[in-house]
Amino acid sequence: MIQILIFSLITAIVFFIAGKKFWRIRRNILLGQAKDVSGDVGQRLKNMTLVAFGQKKMFKRFIPALFHLFIYVAFLFTTLELVEILIDGFTGHHRFFATILGGFYTFLISFVEGLSVLAFIATVIFLSRRNLLKLPRFTKAEMLGWPTKDGNLILIFEIILLVAIFTMNGADTVLQNRDVAHYPDIGNLLVSSWLGPMLFDGLSTNTVIIIERIGWWMHLLMVYGFMLYLPFSKHLHIFLAFPNVFYASLKPRGEMENMESIMNEVKSMMGLVEDTPVDDDMSELPSFGAKDVFDLSWKSLMDAYTCTECGRCTSVCPANQTGKKLSPRKIMMDVRDRVEEVATKIDLQEEGCKIDKEKTLAKDNFDDSKSLFDYISKEEIHACTTCNACVEACPVMIDPLEIILDLRRYEILTESAGPTDWMPMFNSIENNGAVWQLPNSRAEWKDS
Amino acid sequence: MEDQLINVPLYADVIAAGKRPEILFWVGCAGSFDARAQKVSKAFAKLLNHAGVDFAILGDEEACTGDPARRAGNEFLFQMSALQNIEVLNGYEVQKIVTACPHCFNTLKNEYPALGGNYEVIHHTTLLHQLFEEGKLSVEGGNFKGKKITYHDSCYLGRVNGVYEIPRKLLEQLDVELVEMKRCKTNGLCCGAGGAQMFKEDEPGDKRINIERVEEALETGAQSIAANCPFCLTMLGDGLKEKEQQEKLNVYDISELILQSIQ
Ligand code: SF4
Ligand code: SF4
Repeated sequence: MIQILIFSLITAIVFFIAGKKFWRIRRNILLGQAKDVSGDVGQRLKNMTLVAFGQKKMFKRFIPALFHLFIYVAFLFTTLELVEILIDGFTGHHRFFATILGGFYTFLISFVEGLSVLAFIATVIFLSRRNLLKLPRFTKAEMLGWPTKDGNLILIFEIILLVAIFTMNGADTVLQNRDVAHYPDIGNLLVSSWLGPMLFDGLSTNTVIIIERIGWWMHLLMVYGFMLYLPFSKHLHIFLAFPNVFYASLKPRGEMENMESIMNEVKSMMGLVEDTPVDDDMSELPSFGAKDVFDLSWKSLMDAYTCTECGRCTSVCPANQTGKKLSPRKIMMDVRDRVEEVATKIDLQEEGCKIDKEKTLAKDNFDDSKSLFDYISKEEIHACTTCNACVEACPVMIDPLEIILDLRRYEILTESAGPTDWMPMFNSIENNGAVWQLPNSRAEWKDS
Repeated sequence: MEDQLINVPLYADVIAAGKRPEILFWVGCAGSFDARAQKVSKAFAKLLNHAGVDFAILGDEEACTGDPARRAGNEFLFQMSALQNIEVLNGYEVQKIVTACPHCFNTLKNEYPALGGNYEVIHHTTLLHQLFEEGKLSVEGGNFKGKKITYHDSCYLGRVNGVYEIPRKLLEQLDVELVEMKRCKTNGLCCGAGGAQMFKEDEPGDKRINIERVEEALETGAQSIAANCPFCLTMLGDGLKEKEQQEKLNVYDISELILQSIQ
C-alpha cells in the first residue's frame, strides 16, 4: 500500500513537472515567426516514416547507424513497458500483462532483453567512441563543457537503466522458480533465465524480493529522471525528430524563401504593378532578415531544439573543414542557447527587458539589448558557401543554411553592412546587370 | 571542329524574322565575360550547331540572374535583377531555357516561379545527354578514350538539384576511365565559390577550400577534372596553379571534353 502511495505521488510530480517543461519548449518554439507548412501531407508522412522512424539518413554512416538503431529500438520498447509499469504501480499488480498475453508476453520480454543486450553493447561502444577515440566531430570548440557532459551522461543513464532491467527480471525469474506468491511464472526469458539464477540463487527469498524491488524502482526512477532531463538535453530529438521531419520544407532545396514585401516594393518601383496603396506611416523603419530568434521561423527554432549535436553537418562543411570558424552545428546550438536565454527572461518577467513597461514581457515586448549576433559572429556567417552539405548530412532534416541566410539578410538589408568585397559586385549588378563591371557587350564572346 | 565558325543568333533577331527559337541559351555573367567560361560558351554553342539545335541568346537583354546577390543577403538587388529578366523572358514568351551555369540553372528553375517566371529549365549537361540519346551527337573513340578523368560535382547541380548521373553518363559516352574522388555525389566537396564567396576573400582559416578540393583530385591520379560550372572551373584552375600542378592536371567543362572528342 505504501508503495502504491509513494509511486502515485512520484508519478504525479514527475508528470506535472515534465509536462510543464515540454509546454515551455512549445511556447519557446512559437517565439518564432509564422511559417506556411501547408502542402502534401502524404509526402510529409512518408518523410517522417522513412527519415525519423526509419532513420534513413542515419544509414549514410552504417556502423554508427546500426548501433544507434539498437539503442533506439530498445528505447521504443522500454517506453511500451512503461505502460505496464504504470498499471502495476497504481494497482499493486505484478506484471499485469503476463496473464493476459501469456506466451506472447514471454516472447515480448525476451525480445526486449535481447534488444537490451544489443543496446548495452552499443552504449559501451558509443561511450568509448566519445571518450577514447575522440572523434574530431565530438571535440570541436562548441562541444566543450556541457555538450560533452550531456553526451556522456545520457549514455551512463542508459547503462544504469539496462542494469536495472536485468536486475529486476533476473531476481524475478529466481522468485518465479521458487514459486513465491505474487511472482507468477512467465516462462523462460532470453537473458534473465540464466543470468538471474547465476547471480541470485544463493540468496534468501527475502533478499531476492528486495533486489527485485530495487531493480524495479531503479528502472522506474531512471525513466522518470530521463523524462525530466530531456528538456535540457540534446536528447530531445527522440521526440522532436518526428515533428521536425514532418514539417521539413518540401520545396526545392535550391529555392530561398521569397521576400514578398521586397518583391512587391521592387515591382511597384519598376512600374510593374498598378499603384499599390503605399503605407505612408513609415514611422518605423522596416527590418528585414533575422537579428534575433523572434525573426527566425518557428521551424528554425524547432530545428534548434531537435539538433542532436551529432556534428555530421560540421564534419562535411567545407568552411569548417578548412579551418574557418563557421560550424553549422554551432549555429544550431547558439540559436537554442539564445532561445533559452530569452525564455528564461520571459519566465522571470525581467522588468529591464520590457519595451512597454505597462505590458507583460512577451515576444513582441522584449528587448534585452542582445541578439543572435552576440552568439554568432559575422565572420561565421560570411564563410558559408551555401553548398547545402550540412542540409544533406543532417539525419533529422535540420536546415542550418536557412538561419545563416536570414542573418545575412539582416546584415545586408537592415544594417546595410557586409563584407566590403561584395560592394563592387552589388554595384555592378545594379548598374551593369552583371557581376563584373565591364564595358563590353554580353554577346561579344561569340565573335571573339 | 574546334576552329569551326559558330552561329549564335540573338533572340530579338530571330523573333524579328518572324521565327521562334526552340530553346534559349542562357549564357550567364561568367559565360559572357569570364575569359575561361567564354570558351565553354563557345564549345557548347559549337556542339549545338553541330547537332542542329535551333537556339538563340538574349545578348544585352540578359542580366545577372541575381543568385550571388540573393545568397549574399541582398534580396532587394536580387528582385531587381530577377524581375527585369522575367520581363524580358515573358515578353518573348520563352518556354525552354538551357544554361551552362548551375547557379543560373537553379535560380531560373527554382526561384523565378515565385516571381512569375515559369519556364522549362535544363542544365547543358542534360541537353547534351539528350542529344546523344537522339543520335544527334556521337563520339567514336575520341581524344579521351581510356584516359583517367575525375568528375567534380558542383553543389548546385548535384546536391541542390539532384543531378549526379547524367554528367557521368556523358563521360561514359567518351569512353573515359572515370575515377571518383573520395568525396563525390551527395557527399561532394564544394569548390569554394558558392554563396557569393567567389567575390570576396576567404575568412581566416588553415586552407582555401579550392586547395582542399584539388588535392583530392590530384590523389585520384586523373589527368583531367571534368566540371559543369564556370565558377568551379575558375576555383579548381586557380587551385592547381597555386599548387603548380596545372601541367599535371587540367580542368575542363564536360562540353569541352565532348567537343575535343568529336573532331
Ligand atoms: S551550406 Fe554553409 S554551413 Fe552548410 S555545409 Fe555548406 S558552407 Fe557549411
Ligand atoms: S544540425 Fe543535424 S547534422 Fe548538425 S549536429 Fe544537429 S542534428 Fe547533427
